[in-house]
Amino acid sequence: MEILKHDLLIIGSGIAGLRAAAQAAYTAKIDIAIISKVQVMRSHSVSAEGGMSAVLYPDKNNDSLDLHAYDTIKGSDYLADQDAVELLVRMAPLEVRYLERIGVPWSRHPDGRIYQRPFGGMSVPRTTFAADKTGFFIMSTLWQETLRFDNIKYYHEHFVTKLIIENGEFRGVTAIDLKTGELKLILAKAAIIATGGAGRLYRFTTTAHSTTGEMLGYAMRAGLALKDMEFVQWHPTALVPSGILVSEAARGEGGYLVNKEGERFMKRYAPQKMELAPRDIVSRAILTEIAEGRGFVHEESGMGYVGLDLRHLGEEVLNQKIPFIRELAHKYAGVDALSELIPVRPAVHYTMGGIHTDTYGRVLTPSGEWVKGLWAAGEAASVSVHGANRLGSNSLSECSVWGRLTGEQAAKYAMEAPAPSTDEKYIKIAQEEESRIFDKLLHKETNGISVYELKGRLQDTMEQHYGPFRHESTMKEGIPKLLKIREDFSRIRIEDGSRIYNQNLKDALELDGMIDVALAVAYGALARQESRGAHYRLDYPKRDDVNWLKHTLAYFVGGQLQLSYVPVRITKWTKFEERKY
Amino acid sequence: MPTLTVRVKRFDGKKSWWQEYKVDVKSRRVSVLDVLLRIKEEQDPTLAVRYSCRMAICGSCGMVINGVPRLACQTLLTEIKDDVITVEPMWNYRVIKDLVVDTEPNFDKLKKIKPYILRDVKEIYESDKEFGQKPEDLEKYYNFAYCIECGLCMSACPVVATNPRFLGPMALAAAYRWSADSRDQGWPIRAKIVDSDEGVWSCHLAYTCSAVCPRGVDPGFAIQLVKVALMRRAKRL
Ligand SMILES: Cc1cc2nc3c(=O)[nH]c(=O)nc-3n(C[C@H](O)[C@H](O)[C@H](O)COP(=O)(O)OP(=O)(O)OC[C@H]3O[C@@H](n4cnc5c(N)ncnc54)[C@H](O)[C@@H]3O)c2cc1C
Repeated sequence: MEILKHDLLIIGSGIAGLRAAAQAAYTAKIDIAIISKVQVMRSHSVSAEGGMSAVLYPDKNNDSLDLHAYDTIKGSDYLADQDAVELLVRMAPLEVRYLERIGVPWSRHPDGRIYQRPFGGMSVPRTTFAADKTGFFIMSTLWQETLRFDNIKYYHEHFVTKLIIENGEFRGVTAIDLKTGELKLILAKAAIIATGGAGRLYRFTTTAHSTTGEMLGYAMRAGLALKDMEFVQWHPTALVPSGILVSEAARGEGGYLVNKEGERFMKRYAPQKMELAPRDIVSRAILTEIAEGRGFVHEESGMGYVGLDLRHLGEEVLNQKIPFIRELAHKYAGVDALSELIPVRPAVHYTMGGIHTDTYGRVLTPSGEWVKGLWAAGEAASVSVHGANRLGSNSLSECSVWGRLTGEQAAKYAMEAPAPSTDEKYIKIAQEEESRIFDKLLHKETNGISVYELKGRLQDTMEQHYGPFRHESTMKEGIPKLLKIREDFSRIRIEDGSRIYNQNLKDALELDGMIDVALAVAYGALARQESRGAHYRLDYPKRDDVNWLKHTLAYFVGGQLQLSYVPVRITKWTKFEERKY
Repeated sequence: MPTLTVRVKRFDGKKSWWQEYKVDVKSRRVSVLDVLLRIKEEQDPTLAVRYSCRMAICGSCGMVINGVPRLACQTLLTEIKDDVITVEPMWNYRVIKDLVVDTEPNFDKLKKIKPYILRDVKEIYESDKEFGQKPEDLEKYYNFAYCIECGLCMSACPVVATNPRFLGPMALAAAYRWSADSRDQGWPIRAKIVDSDEGVWSCHLAYTCSAVCPRGVDPGFAIQLVKVALMRRAKRL
């Protein structure tokens, strides 16, 4: 077994991870490693289309940091931590300008200013973009920016299987090199977890195949807590039947949503903001239209859907501002957006919850102590700036801001900290992990259950029991199903017996972590007896600030999932309005 | 409901063979990647394919489909009239397993041309200003910034096939992209790197790179633009 040592380990290479790496490398001449289960530049962040929010030119469009903060807090249904939101809006413009300096091809006004478009829940246009491939351009630029630094090493296609945390301190990880099948022990003084969300817990999702979220499950196993996992975002407009995203930019640029009768139905749900109401509201509106028989039905898949109408925008807007949307709709749904409606319905899109951290991204134990040497950033973390519902384009800002903040802190910490210990006990932990994976998982009886069958059962259970409309009785029925899936995992059948690029094994390891994450979502949702943001309960349709203005923590105690609650940090937005748009 | 025959060139680290799978599809509006994933999930989980975003933007699933280097997720069955689909790993790479090849040498070549803004690093990290750019300056390099590093161009290039040291279309297009950016000051440095046998002068103008690029980047044209700038001893791009 190979044993490797670095000063700082960055787990995950999306926008959060790469931004952290660049900042850490600039801050200190330490030895940094980026580890990613995909090739570094292929991370899910490339899929982000619409843009990144920031107050750039407040005088030009009557914007202010307070207004961005207010929109975000109201959008979060008051569950966001307000000090974190203040940090987000203060740092986001710095990050857009940093990304500008490293070469992101932001779309521009004729005078050279960066263009900004309207987005759902934002009072003024403050979403900067690079056509409708914003995530791709930021990713590609950041990845190439990291090549500037000789103190960054890349572990492409290395799958982290375990976090080693001891006495409240981070020690290292074990990871499988997918290309060789070799398990490695990687010890480090400090680490940043930037492993993204868990969209693939559900079947119909806009996220990449790799957005499985197992690291959140592994984090619970290492004694960490997940926060607010019951808040799962459905994006209103995913292409039917593939689930590929049609960015909110389509509505930001003026697109309409219409039902089978040709009616712009949003006027009945959000008369002021119409299509640009926040995502939870638009998603529920679309699903209500479909449920009440005013949707279309997709022939092959049987899925209900509504139409996204971009026809009135004209060829120039389509080709200049949202060319990717036109291309995707044409390719994957066979429609030309210039002359036809795009078939869309809500799909799982974003994980509001994540690893419990403080405002600066320091990872906290369930009882609130910092795990020394450990940070989390991006979608994997719950800092929390999105609370119960994220506003579109606030995530790229979050990834960049907390990538930078954690990168800088971790680099400074790693400069001071002593070299990682190579105590025998870590080698023993790694050997046990190797045996768990290769002896136990890989050598199974032949009549076990297929990884994909079990994963399908997990996804169906989540869709059926923990969807956008929840009820105590259906959620209660879901729990034994999940527990059975947990139990059945021990009878999983891995058909690929080889070490080299064994995706069957990797898929099983993902599923293993996903099941724990699903339990955190399920128990958190069942317990929360109110409706707030994306968590909507038919049996408790109102927000309940008296009892539920608090964050859920989920963690394991003796192998059992436990919940506890921590207060929301309120600074100056103390009027908890009803969310009407 | 057509039954497809999918012929896959497989490799397990030691030996190589062709394997055939039969797949029923309900509609032709699915991608070759969808079909391969169904084979993995329903018939043969040992089949290795690199994939992730399934929307032609992450650059993972380059392979040779019916003789042409393409992205599997971007190739719909509607575009393949035949009911027989042949898939092979990308050419010009070491095969790791089945359709998965080692594209990491591409990233080393990319690093060689310094694919980032070359000017005072302190200004980048410690100032808070916008360097600024006019839309017409953006246009100059924009098309070349679309590269998703899938490596298909390297797979299609006849020069890469015979000269592994050739930097190749992917890195050379990036050399143009960065040098043509109005915010960059690195052309004199990059010019020295690409004005060499490993650089642009090995390109034979086959233009296969541009023909297979799934994002329309046109690396062949980028290489010609670099050559012109070198010949004219241009001070910047
Ligand atoms: C289709 C789509 C469009 C979007 N558009 C926008 C938008 O316009 N604006 C916006 O603000 N937000 C958008 N979002 C949300 C945003 O894209 C994501 O929240 C963000 O990109 C997450 O970035 P990240 O850095 O946290 O993680 P990711 O980019 O998801 O990266 C996760 C990383 O972790 C690695 N990883 C995970 N598990 C392991 C493991 N076990 N071992 C090793 N490595 C591991 C992966 O390989 C990857 O490198 C969009 C989301 C989707 C799905």
